[in-house]
Amino acid sequence: MTEIFGRFDFDVIARWIAPGERVLDLGCGDGSLLKFLTAEKGIRGYGVDNAPENVLAAIRNGVNVLQFDLEKGLAGVDDDAFDHVIMSLSLQTVRHTVPLVQEMLRVGHEAVVSFPNFGHRSHREAIAKGRMPVSEALPYQWYDSPNVRFFTIADFEALCTDNGIEVREGLFFDEGRAVVDDPNLNADVALYRLGRG
Amino acid sequence: MNSVGVVTPQRVAFDAPIALRGGTTLPGFELVYETYGELNAEGSNAVLVCHALSGSHHVAGVYAGQPNSVGWWDNLVGPGKPLDTNRFFVVGVNNLGGCYGSTGPMSINPATGQPYGADFPVVTVEDWVAVQARLADHLGIGCWAAVIGGSLGGMQALEWTLQFPDRIRHALVIASAPKLSAQNIAFNELARQAILSDPDFHGGHYYAHGTVPVRGLRLARMVGHITYLSDDQMAEKFGRELKNGTLSYGYDTDFQIESYLRYQGDKFTTYFDANTYLITTKALDYFDPARDYGGDLQAALARAKASFFVASFTTDWRFAPERSREIVYALMHNGRDVSYAEIDCSAGHDSFLLDDAHYHAVVGAYLDRIET
Repeated sequence: MTEIFGRFDFDVIARWIAPGERVLDLGCGDGSLLKFLTAEKGIRGYGVDNAPENVLAAIRNGVNVLQFDLEKGLAGVDDDAFDHVIMSLSLQTVRHTVPLVQEMLRVGHEAVVSFPNFGHRSHREAIAKGRMPVSEALPYQWYDSPNVRFFTIADFEALCTDNGIEVREGLFFDEGRAVVDDPNLNADVALYRLGRG
Repeated sequence: MNSVGVVTPQRVAFDAPIALRGGTTLPGFELVYETYGELNAEGSNAVLVCHALSGSHHVAGVYAGQPNSVGWWDNLVGPGKPLDTNRFFVVGVNNLGGCYGSTGPMSINPATGQPYGADFPVVTVEDWVAVQARLADHLGIGCWAAVIGGSLGGMQALEWTLQFPDRIRHALVIASAPKLSAQNIAFNELARQAILSDPDFHGGHYYAHGTVPVRGLRLARMVGHITYLSDDQMAEKFGRELKNGTLSYGYDTDFQIESYLRYQGDKFTTYFDANTYLITTKALDYFDPARDYGGDLQAALARAKASFFVASFTTDWRFAPERSREIVYALMHNGRDVSYAEIDCSAGHDSFLLDDAHYHAVVGAYLDRIET
């Protein structure tokens, strides 16, 4: 789903990745992010996606891609196998949210997570008018959305607190511009660096 | 239209003895092989196709005057096909111990002047790869651009990365496994017992007796076929359809599935050798690169340097997707380049031979990435 935001999302993530790192990108789509990080940072890594068309696109993009079902976890992957485990705009598409974030922090030293903020002003306005929000960050009708979890920045931070997940850094954006003031209301996308608490 | 066209098998004799994993030494041997496409000046575009249990060197194209003699992987190999012979020099070889012309149980044992029969040694996947390396030397191929195979062929591709890590750049391991399960071995043992207990087998020296263990080989093939198909596909293809529209209340063929298995079994006995079947199932059973590492596949694969493409099929219960994932996880552990596709195809283990659009797209996309 990274194509919606293009390079802006990538640039933020790239700043958090050191050259030559081992990276796992969950929900990698066509592999654009991995390709970008390989070119910019010389990372070595793998993408994971369960959609056949994404696996094909990622192979064409020249990256390592593994067709695994994230709902089944990453049991075959070693502890601490990666420096960073990334989930770019995909966390809202999986059901087993907490086990997956815990898996990310088991196989990686640090997790990078970005997600659309359901609490954004425009989404609240849509709900207030009685309709589910459709926006750049949530570009689907309720009946054809791949998203299965709808949560806000405040919800996510509560989840981290409740599960002993350390929030090391959070960056918030609205249509690509940084948001400082009340991100839960003003940001359409949040990016986090997470660690083991 | 996009066939490699009419092809001619070639033969090469190797005079140097070869010590086999099982302890015996063959004084020399011959291999039958085919090639498609042109080897480039650098010798950097060669791809070896490894065959499975009943396959051969005849991978693609047809023989002159025999329009039905289409190679077993012709849908994958040819000009403009996923394994594109406009780019790659493709080699197919009949393995040692085979029955399509390479030295095997039907060949004359120089020590006795008689066919080897049961005296032909059991060969292993490791032996096959060692033999294939001699063919590579003969063809002037220092390093394969890729080695590709399905099922037992995938095991050979994997073994290439372990035995000759500097002579293979890419391994394509399809519908395969790092070793057989107890259930896999059980099916192989059933097939072997069918052959070994056939009165016409004569301890493997049936050539000398002028007999063929047709009943045993037929039964072995029938068992095999059950494991190659999925339950769903059998239901879809045959269901409980009757052959003659009525029940016989006897032991004739009532159901279409019975007719199919008998037909496949009968057909197989007209072209395949029972001793080769025995040897090949043993090669399958013995393959286990982790064995020398206390069962640790990660340690066993540490010496591989190649990049990998691994694929499995959702309905393959003989070599199920989790078996392929074992290989993938062990490669990840070692930091190797690997891509893995789990292909949704209803045809069970046999899917790897079929012309499934997505399957061929991912294989083709991976092969397109390989520099020549």
